Amino acid sequence: MAETNTTVHPHAGLLKNNLREYGMLISLVAIMSFFQFMTDGTLLQPLNLTNLILQNSYIVIMALGMLLVIVAGHIDLSVGSVVGFIGALAAVLMVQYDWHFVPATLACLVAGALIGAAQGWFVAFFRIPSFIVTLAGMLVFKGLSLALLQGQSVGPFPGSFQLLSSGFIPDWFNGELLRTTSLLAGILVAFALIVAKLRERSNQTRHDMAAEPYPFFVAKNLVFVAIIVAFSWKLASYKGLPNVLIIMTLLMLFYDFVTTRTTIGRRIYALGGNEKAARLSGVKTQWLSFWTFVNMGVLAAVAGLVFAARLNTATPKAGTGFELDVIAACFIGGASASGGVGKVLGAVIGAFVMGVMNNGMSILGIGIDYQQVIKGLVLLAAVFVDVYNKRKA
Amino acid sequence: MTLLEMRGITKRFHGVTALSDVNLAVRAGEIHAVVGENGAGKSTLMKVLSGVFPHGDYEGEIRFEGQERRFAGIADSEHAGIIIIHQELALVPLLSIAENIFLGNEPARFGVIDWFAAHAQTQALLRKVGLNEHPGALITDLGVGKQQLVEIAKALSKAVKLLILDEPTASLNETDSDALLALLMELKTQGIACILISHKLNEIAKVADTITVIRDGSTVRSFDCCNEAISEDQVIRAMVGREMADRYPKRTPEIGETVFEIRDWRVHHPEHADRLVVKGVNLHARRGEIVGIAGLIGAGRTELAMSVFGRSYGRRISGEVKLHGRVVDVSTIQKAIGVGIAYVTEDRKGYGLVLEDDIQHNISLANLGAVSHAAVIDEGREFKVASEYRQKLRIRCASVSQPVVNLSGGNQQKVVLAKWLFANPEVLILDEPTRGIDVGAKFEIYTLMVELAAAGKCVVMISSEMPELLGLCDRIYVMNEGRFVGEFDRAEASQEKIMRSIVTAAAA
Repeated sequence: MAETNTTVHPHAGLLKNNLREYGMLISLVAIMSFFQFMTDGTLLQPLNLTNLILQNSYIVIMALGMLLVIVAGHIDLSVGSVVGFIGALAAVLMVQYDWHFVPATLACLVAGALIGAAQGWFVAFFRIPSFIVTLAGMLVFKGLSLALLQGQSVGPFPGSFQLLSSGFIPDWFNGELLRTTSLLAGILVAFALIVAKLRERSNQTRHDMAAEPYPFFVAKNLVFVAIIVAFSWKLASYKGLPNVLIIMTLLMLFYDFVTTRTTIGRRIYALGGNEKAARLSGVKTQWLSFWTFVNMGVLAAVAGLVFAARLNTATPKAGTGFELDVIAACFIGGASASGGVGKVLGAVIGAFVMGVMNNGMSILGIGIDYQQVIKGLVLLAAVFVDVYNKRKA
Repeated sequence: MTLLEMRGITKRFHGVTALSDVNLAVRAGEIHAVVGENGAGKSTLMKVLSGVFPHGDYEGEIRFEGQERRFAGIADSEHAGIIIIHQELALVPLLSIAENIFLGNEPARFGVIDWFAAHAQTQALLRKVGLNEHPGALITDLGVGKQQLVEIAKALSKAVKLLILDEPTASLNETDSDALLALLMELKTQGIACILISHKLNEIAKVADTITVIRDGSTVRSFDCCNEAISEDQVIRAMVGREMADRYPKRTPEIGETVFEIRDWRVHHPEHADRLVVKGVNLHARRGEIVGIAGLIGAGRTELAMSVFGRSYGRRISGEVKLHGRVVDVSTIQKAIGVGIAYVTEDRKGYGLVLEDDIQHNISLANLGAVSHAAVIDEGREFKVASEYRQKLRIRCASVSQPVVNLSGGNQQKVVLAKWLFANPEVLILDEPTRGIDVGAKFEIYTLMVELAAAGKCVVMISSEMPELLGLCDRIYVMNEGRFVGEFDRAEASQEKIMRSIVTAAAA
């Protein structure tokens, strides 16, 4: 029955897929336009745009790791506490013990990996539900960061470390009004995107795979290019591209590549989709689960460093509640709570949906009370629309 | 007297016609078999009847006990006395028999359950269906056969007039199947009519009064078994719409040297570590040979196969696996695949497929290395490989980028087979490869097995359907309670001999 349905309109399925895939992006644009209008253009002012990126970078970075964890069929509730703990560790090493920022950063990343490994060990090899293991981790690392800081705030960090969050890429052209390097970098990225998309398309047609209609392909990518160039133009007219944006973009591209193009990514989806079938097909399911947690630990450590550098101090309260934003970002971005489904770009968009709402509502002066209510409802609505569409399909 | 009449039922899904002008008439107190290939529309028809598709969602008329009925949902049809028992049983595993039987229908006063009444009534119902279990026993502790009986008891508790059973014996062994069929005959004498959906024509021949054949969404014909003798071939011809000269492909086996050997294989139960499940089995298979393993369900055949395949079942496993006379390491699934062993599971949805994922991704999963360079997947190559298998195995789909969940059982099975063929094994172990798939797809899978053997592979087939073992295999082992209790060559094997070796082993 399905055969006749799809052979009649060969493009219908593709367009529908694209609509679902870009639905999130369209909602992000809609939300941004809404706040842009409501805040009389404050939202997209270069200064605010820069802030928006800085404020959300650590959520985005963790969402990359969380997406893998969720796709593999697990959850990690401890990431907020790990952010706090790593920040505390970094502060103790750099401020109290005067370590140089390079070895201190490396030590923090290793600590993150070990934390992930410890939790992943219980989840993967002892089959304790990840909800429980990481709930325990949440308490443990919250407590450990309190202990490490002895209840005090520790700071400030050395200047070179602060650049991680507050630095911008250097401008070789000394542009006064416009950071030319940043704009060029944006244009370069846009160009790279076009090349990559064209290659993908020629690969598809060469193998007679279904490809989207040509006009749609052109229109879609022109919109993307326009957005990237406009975005870097805006940023270039302030201080240029923040260092964090570069880190974030590289990580994003890396994880997008890993999930969509590599064998390890494919195996994670298979693991989350049907663990038994994956195992019987020769996938090392236990080790794979383990590594997704190690990866999550490292990314939580990166986020912890970025956050500590941004605040320029480590406080016992740092990271509280981050896990909720990160998990929400993944689900808003279309990940499935039962595993096997989800996209890196979706999670990133989800993180920005949350971020833009936080930022926009703050500008509008909406209290923290109703901000939470609205964010909760948006999360529910996003998942509802997803499930509703799936049921109709 | 006619109990149920469905007239001119037409049902469309998004413009695709699933049923067109189907007629079905069930007489009071008869067993009415509905047969057809997978995807013919049997389940859709039953969903129309039971109100899963409410009135207005389909065209046509349903008359039950002489009145026109317009069911708005399952509750409506159950109220009228039509109860459907699905293939996947709808019991809560960790609740007791009594709790399950009265689930949603508890004998209660002001919301407080009267457990004495519930247990007493359960006891009476269990006696009726011939199940000797305590009403407090948990469902999870019962075998599938007994669970089936609990479902029927549950139906009886609701004053059933028409019982619909969807593939009730698909996962039952022969003893349990026979008991179930006897129960249906017994219910018939009490005036309860029954619609039986099944692929097992021999069982239908035993109990059915009428057989209705559905093909491509239409009723093809109805056979009245009371007045004339109906042969299986007649029914099959109506089902597939073509002459089925031979149910098994012809072959001239060319058997070479011994390739695959299992020596003194012992496996313990994964939870009860001192229970021996496979008790010292020796098996060999030669190049180009199709070897069968017969036996009842629970004989340990799946456990044997899975434990050999990278210890994916059991604990404290001992014994040797040899390929070409050399002992090979099969201690993990990766190693077993590496030396050239493939295991095609009996449970394709649970253990064989990532259902939500594409056909192409499922096919490449066991051999991703062959479609990637340095861990980066070449999607073009993957698509090409999948398309080749689609053509070779005649997988019916719109495109290999389609999720497997929407395919019919036979086509899903072909995807699982394609996955393992792509892994290019020397020894292919097939566990119930034709379970729950239609006659046409069965023949295609048999043909494929014959081709594999002709190409010099060893094919080991586990099956509970003796005719297919006898029709295909060069040699058949008989397994019972963890042991091989018989071995027959093609020439000497027969259903009676196999059954006898099981029975005498059980008695010994």
